[in-house]
Amino acid sequence: MLRTQQLEYTYPGNKTITFPDIQCEKGSQWLLLGQSGTGKTTLLHLLGGIRKPQKGKVYVAGQELNNLSSTALDQFRGKNIGIVFQQSHFVQALTVGENLQLAQTLAGHSADSSRIKNLLDRLNIGDKINDRTNRLSQGEQQRVAIARALVNSPGLILADEPTSALDDENCKEVIDLLETQAKEEGATLVIVTHDSRLKAFFDHKIILQ
Amino acid sequence: MNPLTLSWKNQKDRPLQMLLTLLLFGLGVGLISLLISLNTQLDEKFKNNLAGIDLVIGAKGSPLQMILSSMYHIDAPTGNISIKEVKPFLNPKHPLVKLAVPLSLGDSYKTFRIIGTTHEYVDSIFKESVATGKLWDRLYEVTIGANVASKTNLKIGDQFHSSHGFTDDGINTHDHGEGFKVVGILNKSNTVLDQLILTNTQSVWAVHDHEAEEKKAPADAPEGEHDHDHDHDHADHSDHDHGEHDHGEHDHAAHEGHDHDAHDHSKHDHAAAPVFKPLTAYPDKDITTLLVRYRNKKDWRALNMPRSINENTDLQAASPAIEMNRLYSMMGVGTDALRNLALIIVVVSGLSIFISLFSSLKDRKYELALMRVMGASRGYLFFLIILEGLLFAIMGYLLGLLLSHGGMALLSGYLEEAYQYEFSGWRFFKEEFWLLGGSLVIGFLAALIPAFQAYRTDISETLTTY
Repeated sequence: MLRTQQLEYTYPGNKTITFPDIQCEKGSQWLLLGQSGTGKTTLLHLLGGIRKPQKGKVYVAGQELNNLSSTALDQFRGKNIGIVFQQSHFVQALTVGENLQLAQTLAGHSADSSRIKNLLDRLNIGDKINDRTNRLSQGEQQRVAIARALVNSPGLILADEPTSALDDENCKEVIDLLETQAKEEGATLVIVTHDSRLKAFFDHKIILQ
Repeated sequence: MNPLTLSWKNQKDRPLQMLLTLLLFGLGVGLISLLISLNTQLDEKFKNNLAGIDLVIGAKGSPLQMILSSMYHIDAPTGNISIKEVKPFLNPKHPLVKLAVPLSLGDSYKTFRIIGTTHEYVDSIFKESVATGKLWDRLYEVTIGANVASKTNLKIGDQFHSSHGFTDDGINTHDHGEGFKVVGILNKSNTVLDQLILTNTQSVWAVHDHEAEEKKAPADAPEGEHDHDHDHDHADHSDHDHGEHDHGEHDHAAHEGHDHDAHDHSKHDHAAAPVFKPLTAYPDKDITTLLVRYRNKKDWRALNMPRSINENTDLQAASPAIEMNRLYSMMGVGTDALRNLALIIVVVSGLSIFISLFSSLKDRKYELALMRVMGASRGYLFFLIILEGLLFAIMGYLLGLLLSHGGMALLSGYLEEAYQYEFSGWRFFKEEFWLLGGSLVIGFLAALIPAFQAYRTDISETLTTY
């Protein structure tokens, strides 16, 4: 499902990071661990097609991301990759439901309100569908972010430090949600983090140096 | 969620900013649209009322005032001229003059001017006809314009008393003598004719003669049941209080029945056939102006006529076309200034759209990056921001039209009084279509830089730094 080959990224200051090759099967769940400065977020952006590597290749569902034009890559990302960020950001002017709808339409799907309702119910925030996102608690916002990553049933879910701002209890809950929802959707899950609390939950681990 | 909904929701999210921007844009557009509407309608009315009149002859004074008063019925007349002075022009065999129509001004009814003239004023000058009834022919008979009928509710057969002057202050009412009687209502012509009450010249004279006569010999009341109180002081006309005047005692039936022969002027005889002598038979009487149409406009003698009248007689001759052009060029400075002001407002409001979008983009940078992550292309973001600019422009444009046309509808009553024309607030002009185009261009230009910025957003960098 997800495969990298001799991935290398050079920052503007000429600092180059070489990443280990990764190969994740469909439906598998991975933890990418590393301290600050090891290029965790850069790797996640490379995997998600948000940033282009100077060297090496990233394959998602058999498609080499570098071969796609900018617009095609945007579409591909929208359809096949769901990303959960450390800070939950949303389109402020829209409600929870509308934010999910936007994710559907931007990916080129038609709006599917029953799918949205269903997903929010599964994440226990069905009653927040018409709330503005800035009215939600941090935990609720994180759930909406997960719902948004899942809404188009992507094959790959990437999460960037999804738990670092959360206490132990919420941390466990979010990880549980990600695990179960990814499993339910049959999606491959890759979590990038420095949060060592998560080590216990995952069998597949890649340590970045 | 389509981009239009998204743009709208994004703007609605900052209502105060939106309101300010829209108001500014609306004011600019509204001012321009109002100017278009006023200019076009005034221009139209002035042109309609030129009615093929080549020359106006009247008393010396301001030529523009003379034109305004006798062609457009706006200003006060410059004075009167005696018939013997204009006698040559009234000669149907005059080599240069094809048509000369006399106008006598001075009275009004509820601010509508009463004009003493001949049938040619309706038939030949405005080429109009009556909708109901007929044109006046007896003394005191009037034919009224379409708007006079609708505004005063006068109907055929109704009688009214005129007031001296053109205001409706209730002080100078001629409430002795004969009332005017409506015998016809003209078709609506969208000219000044709609606002006039027309009668023959002799009726206008008669109203004033009657009054003058009563002033001369107040005690010498005619015999019969003509018993209303003549004791009050007519000479002190402006002071006397008509409110105290008991109209109940005014026995109109008796009044009309009384023997006018006692007055000893035959034209008061209602029973007589409506045969009037031509105006040239009254050399000592006055009229206000003479409207002249040439036989041949290109005749050099006709072109010289105004100058020779102005130089050799006590009369004044002026060409409506020339005077109106003079007026336009005088007003033009004002409208130009207003138009430039409106343009400045529109440009500033364009700037405010730009600032509004630009500053909102700073707050929304992360959102835009997020939308890219969710599948939006660079082009989509560009389009989205342009759309927001256009949306501002369209809403501002609509607000502006609402302001200008609503304002025009409110103003029209006042304007009608001032200019003697009907103005419509709900007429739209093709220039306003161009105005929409201009608004869209401004909205587009204002959104261009912000849109380009959105286009260039580096997602990865934005997502890591915010």
